[in-house]
Amino acid sequence: MATTPSDLVRLQLKGSKRLTWRTWGFELILLLTLLISLAALVTLLADVFQKGIPVFQERGDGFLRDPLSSLASRAGVYQGIVGSLLLLLFVAVIAGPIGIGAAIYLEEYAPDTRFTRFINVNIRNLAGVPSVVYGLLGLALFVRLLAGATGGRSVMSAGLTLGILVLPIVIITSAEALRAVPNSIREAGYGVGATKWEVIRSHVLPSAAPGILTGSVLSLSRALGETAPLILVGAVTGFLATGQQSFVETLQGRFTALPMIIFNWARQPSADFRESTAAAIIVLLFIILTANAASIILRNRYERKW
Amino acid sequence: MGVEKIANGTLTLGDLRSDPKRHRKESLIRSLFKAAATLSVVVSLLIVVALVGPAFEFITSVDPSALWTNGWFPRRGAFDVRTIFVGTMLVTGIAFVVGAPLGLGVAVYLSEFARPKARRILKPSLEVLAGIPSVVFGYFALTWISPHIVNRFFPGSSNFNLLAAGIAVGLLITPLIASVAEDALRSVPLHLREASYGLGAHKRTTTMKVVFPAAISGIMAAFIVGLSRAIGETMVVAIASGASGGSLLQLDPRQPGQTMTAAMASLAAGTDQVKGADLAFPSLFFVGFLLFVITFALNLGSARLVRKYRRSY
Repeated sequence: MATTPSDLVRLQLKGSKRLTWRTWGFELILLLTLLISLAALVTLLADVFQKGIPVFQERGDGFLRDPLSSLASRAGVYQGIVGSLLLLLFVAVIAGPIGIGAAIYLEEYAPDTRFTRFINVNIRNLAGVPSVVYGLLGLALFVRLLAGATGGRSVMSAGLTLGILVLPIVIITSAEALRAVPNSIREAGYGVGATKWEVIRSHVLPSAAPGILTGSVLSLSRALGETAPLILVGAVTGFLATGQQSFVETLQGRFTALPMIIFNWARQPSADFRESTAAAIIVLLFIILTANAASIILRNRYERKW
Repeated sequence: MGVEKIANGTLTLGDLRSDPKRHRKESLIRSLFKAAATLSVVVSLLIVVALVGPAFEFITSVDPSALWTNGWFPRRGAFDVRTIFVGTMLVTGIAFVVGAPLGLGVAVYLSEFARPKARRILKPSLEVLAGIPSVVFGYFALTWISPHIVNRFFPGSSNFNLLAAGIAVGLLITPLIASVAEDALRSVPLHLREASYGLGAHKRTTTMKVVFPAAISGIMAAFIVGLSRAIGETMVVAIASGASGGSLLQLDPRQPGQTMTAAMASLAAGTDQVKGADLAFPSLFFVGFLLFVITFALNLGSARLVRKYRRSY
């Protein structure tokens, strides 16, 4: 039977079955990569919870209130939580105002000169510098050079180091939030005679606030999980004596932090610490994931499409 | 007052000039913000200065034969840089083999195939994965990947091994590669895809032959960012690959080993001071300097590629 041209056209329009299958196979492979990534996440969480939950069942909040100890059954994360919160205080005070200020300059004030472009490239590169290298900077600058002010291997040194570490991230996220504010808003401000700063303060910053806040919270949670710089700056891993001391003495004193405790316990050869490590990871993940979830919800809620 | 002056025709330029206090405040605030922005340059300079001094001290005073021995044992004066460089390359290579296909697949799926509703759930899940600290991945590598994956497929592997660390680093860089690559894919304009559909191409053909080539510079940038992150990753290797005192030069990923980053961490960890041979302390900075130069070059390269695709669309 001879195929008429119209048969050929009909065949062409139907498309070959093999091609359809290949398209399906392609999508399936892509879906598989996604499933593997999510499976890794689920496995990680399941493994940690399975090992860590018994510790909480056994010791209740004792695990949260006990100090460091060489005995797994008595070791708690209290000092780590306090240390991490103190570090966050430094990060917020340092990286917050400086980061947002730098972002405002780069987005609102800076002329498009070679120097401005250089600063921009430089900040992006700083964000990609490995965190150990920031640890070296902290070791050389805060621990050794400025030991008189920081007290050497102290909360202050580590907090300043982490503050510098997250600074580029705060700048980049804040600058993005500022860039998303449409120019018409600024022009409206100038139109009624406001100066640049008045426009920024009363128009641009309020509109960009949700984005800036989200970025800042994400930077804080990034700082909370950083371990490598703390090792180099010299966090305590064994025993930490905390007696009565003034706030300044605390800031200049030795310290430990939640991720540092996890690192140290994970390296212990005895199996006793396996469960304590998992329990400490649950505490850390709880704080970090709550903060991240809060900032993502915040962003979805207040994100405005102009 | 102003209205009267306009009516009288006696309005001068001085009347139009605003309050000098307002001007002073403006320029003060401007210079404060400028100082904040300039601080980032100061930080970069500080990093370079802090690293170069001790690194130079190390390289000038070290015995050259100590740089080419059988292993990296800084406390005993053996600084075989090959050992830790090979370790870094092994871990980075494994991480790339795991993370690049996963990250790229996720990016293509999210950008080309996922329905908006699925995207709204999948994106935040990936952000959760991206938010998990590396120290947790280290624990996961040691207590789960090493016994359940590495030892299942390679029985007789050491409990601490570079392979488990590499796989964990690969999972760590997956969301990073995915997010940069997805950004590149989504910036390919819709009309290119529509033109391809208009010619009767399938979704797969459109993705592979039209979207992919158009986004290639962004995808390369994603890979480079992933590589740079894998090279700089410290905690996973420090926990999962063992060899805390030092390591012999070896190429077997099923055995313990050390990377540049982990070598720095283990040299500084656990003791009050960096002890050992006199040169152990400056050697930290020498390795840090190498690391800084490598990652800096990679980041510059990826930034250039990103600018390229941003410019074309």
